[in-house]
Amino acid sequence: MSARDIAAFGSRTGDPRPRLEAASPRYGEKLIFVLLALCALISVFTTTAIVISLIVPTIGFFGEIPFADFLFGTDWAPTFADATFGVLPIVVGTLTVTFWALLVAIPVGLLTAIYLAEYAPARVRRTIKPVLEVLEGMPTVAIGLFALYFVRPLLEDVFPFFPWGGPFSVGVAGIAVGLMIVPLVSSVSDDAMRAVPAGLREGAYALGATKMKVAARVVLPAAISGIVAAVVLAASRAIGETMVVLIAAGATPQLLAPWEFTDSIQTMTAFIGTTATGDIATGTITYDTIFAVGALLFVMTLVMNMLAIRLVRRFREAYE
Amino acid sequence: VTGARDPLPGAARTRLAVAGARAGTASVLGRTNRADRVRELAFLTLLVIAVSFALAGLAALLVWALAKGAPRLNVDLFTQGPSSLSPETAGYRTAILGTVYVIGGVVLLIVPIGVGAALYLEEYADKSRWWNRFIELNVQNLAGVPSIVYGILGLAFIVRGPIDLGFVAAAGSATLALLVLPTVILASREAIRAVPPSIRDGALALGATQWQTIRRQVLPTAIPGILTGVILAVARAIGEAAPLLLVGAVTFVTVDPSFFEGGFTTLPVQIFNYSGRPQEVFQVLAAAGVIVMLVVLLAMNSFAIWLRNHYEKKLS
Repeated sequence: MSARDIAAFGSRTGDPRPRLEAASPRYGEKLIFVLLALCALISVFTTTAIVISLIVPTIGFFGEIPFADFLFGTDWAPTFADATFGVLPIVVGTLTVTFWALLVAIPVGLLTAIYLAEYAPARVRRTIKPVLEVLEGMPTVAIGLFALYFVRPLLEDVFPFFPWGGPFSVGVAGIAVGLMIVPLVSSVSDDAMRAVPAGLREGAYALGATKMKVAARVVLPAAISGIVAAVVLAASRAIGETMVVLIAAGATPQLLAPWEFTDSIQTMTAFIGTTATGDIATGTITYDTIFAVGALLFVMTLVMNMLAIRLVRRFREAYE
Repeated sequence: VTGARDPLPGAARTRLAVAGARAGTASVLGRTNRADRVRELAFLTLLVIAVSFALAGLAALLVWALAKGAPRLNVDLFTQGPSSLSPETAGYRTAILGTVYVIGGVVLLIVPIGVGAALYLEEYADKSRWWNRFIELNVQNLAGVPSIVYGILGLAFIVRGPIDLGFVAAAGSATLALLVLPTVILASREAIRAVPPSIRDGALALGATQWQTIRRQVLPTAIPGILTGVILAVARAIGEAAPLLLVGAVTFVTVDPSFFEGGFTTLPVQIFNYSGRPQEVFQVLAAAGVIVMLVVLLAMNSFAIWLRNHYEKKLS
């Protein structure tokens, strides 16, 4: 029974109860609702615009370059007179940076999260968390410069037997990106571990487990979906990172083993960044290449982000 | 012998029994294995090393920037434009002005749109409807899209394409605003959700309309949280360079920029520009720029953290 029905019923039976409806149509309220809904819809427009702006030139690109040549070609020289469009070298370059970044960020971020969630006294936690947030908000240009002018010479001093070449090194860029994503890994894992119910820990302690065993064998497995989400998010961030690799990894598209450390490489993001800065004419194949690489990058990160969102939702549902 | 006096009075006997039992229990349960203790200590050491690694990385970055850039921390840094001929006196004048323009535009765009979207999602949206859940998922996804992809969007849609602004500061503002909008929306939603429902129920019960409730009760309570989110988003926008490379912030700008016409550049892009040169003097100049940027960002971050702590104490 709606409010109107109740009011009508009241008037029929002679009951003097007031009508529950608004006295006026409240057009202002409706207008505000529409305006706020439009604000929310801007995010949908943004996604649509991203997809359209990527797809249209990408279709043009594949009209000229066969799909298989792009995806499985091993020679990347789209700006040369005799252009080749095999995207593998810059994809592998991106994965190499991500590999080194995760090699740093997973152990450091995860152990930091264990410390923050299980060991740190409240006061230490209150100090460390904001500091990590500062690291997370560090401009990527600053991290790139730090990598190129500080980390690179430092590592050369420590490991003089590495085959150091020019100023650029994929490993140094990877380590710098890793340092940048440590706070992401630690904060998401920390959230997941703190969502584990205290009862699980108390049960383990009652059975005589030590603190380390509780952390490693009870809390860690219980929080695993959140931790995996943290790693996936971090990998996605590393894949999409531009300035650090642009500054510290160089611009040499070459197909190297993914564990290569000292060589200069180009990543997908760095290609977009360097190529789009030159004032290239619209409609040329080089211009369309930017969008084809962008589309590939977008699809890669989108898949990882969807996976991470799903995993985070799972640990939220399990324990809240 | 019956009737012999008990050598201990009752109370003392009880005490002895309790002490004995306690010692017995402790010897069984309190016995920590030596290997366990060593492992425990080693693990804690490992944890502390990991935490120190992250903190040391940040500290090294700050110290490096300060040490390297200190010689160029002078007035020229703020009053002089860029120059590749006389890098000894070159500075960031046009870049700083460009940043002010671009970030001003970002703030004007993200505050109304971000708060509006958050209000819609928290106060109006019916979560059982698929389109509202879709909008939510969409915002979460946008938060993870690489910044350079926003640059592509800006190039195709804002600089050229339907909006067609050209390579100007306004295009940079719009691009960065879209980039940080998800951050503002997510943070504002948290802040709005933290407002106790009883406040809303009270206002509605007194006859306030939904918008009156939001404007007079919900928003004032949520303002500190929203402000924290906006500050963090703006801080991110200030340090962002990648998307701006695509919307034209790369030209060597020697005249003061304006919002809707002429080339522009920003602080991080100018720093990147200097960093690509091999001469030592440009490295120093780049490091000095990093110091300027970090001072601004650290001030904003500290303010946001202070605001949040202050606010958390008040609500609880």
